[in-house]
Amino acid sequence: MDMTVDTPEEQRAKQKRRNRALLIVLMGMVVLFYVISIVRMGIVE
Amino acid sequence: MTEKSGNMTMTAAVPAGGDVADYIALLKPRVMSLVVFTGFAGLYLAPGSIHPVIAAVAVLCIAVGAGASGAINMWYDRDIDAVMERTAERPVPTGRVEPRAALAFGVALSVWSVMVMGVAVNWAAAALLAFTIAFYVFIYTMWLKRRTPQNIVIGGAAGAFPPMVGWAAVSGDITLSSIVLFAIIFMWTPPHFWALALYRRGDYAKAGVPMMPVVAGEKETKRQIVLYSILLAPLGMAPTFVGMSSWYYGGVAGALGLVFVGLSIAIYRETGDRYARRTFAFSILYLFLLFAALIVDKAFGLAG
Repeated sequence: MDMTVDTPEEQRAKQKRRNRALLIVLMGMVVLFYVISIVRMGIVE
Repeated sequence: MTEKSGNMTMTAAVPAGGDVADYIALLKPRVMSLVVFTGFAGLYLAPGSIHPVIAAVAVLCIAVGAGASGAINMWYDRDIDAVMERTAERPVPTGRVEPRAALAFGVALSVWSVMVMGVAVNWAAAALLAFTIAFYVFIYTMWLKRRTPQNIVIGGAAGAFPPMVGWAAVSGDITLSSIVLFAIIFMWTPPHFWALALYRRGDYAKAGVPMMPVVAGEKETKRQIVLYSILLAPLGMAPTFVGMSSWYYGGVAGALGLVFVGLSIAIYRETGDRYARRTFAFSILYLFLLFAALIVDKAFGLAG
């Protein structure tokens, strides 16, 4: 079992990477829902 | 606020959290890739048409749903993962991701995948996806895995549902053809996992997981592998028998099935674990080639 504990600097760096990934995911979801809406409207018409 | 003990630093003020790679690892990407492929195959083989964007969303939802159930599985199995060599380095047993974070991640993604599948694709596919996730988490992980050597026989159904989900994404229903795709993966799962369990049985025994080689012994497991591979070989050809694919596919499936049976017999005869390792590796290739052959068969209109 890996018992290495991160320093506060390492933890902050990880947190930053997680936040960036979350931003990308959220932006991706905005685009995804927009595209789904356009396609679904096209199908209904 | 830090407390030093020897060369280990305990940090209490900053909450522990894994890296992005740890959260990706929670999704079991290798397992996910086969699930996505079979899900896509179901979607492609289904009669009818689907908008390419909606098809991509359906495959994304299958991938996210599969990953989500993997994350919940890692949360629940963290105690046995920690003692098994194969899984000891996973994010939860190593402490890189907190158990409750893994659970929250898995639950959030499960809900997301089912809701998006329902809203964007159709509710039949969403219901099947929800059932698949629930089956993997509650029936396999929480109920069967630690209780019976038949765990992966019944639990294998969870891994067999993705082509049905893909199929339902297009057609909105369950048909004999989609059940055939389900049956192939269902029958493929036991010899696939038992081949792995044969050379990892020490790991499973240490963790107290009643896999077939641990409970029934090596000989009986090998006998069961042969039995299941003999049943799988003709079942792999079933898409041809139900008119879903051509005899070109039937020939490929038959040849692959014979190789699988041959390897199973080699396992039965061997004393070491060389063929068990080979069979495990081949079983993954088998399923990939089988579904690839189905896709090619339809793409070239060979079934007529």
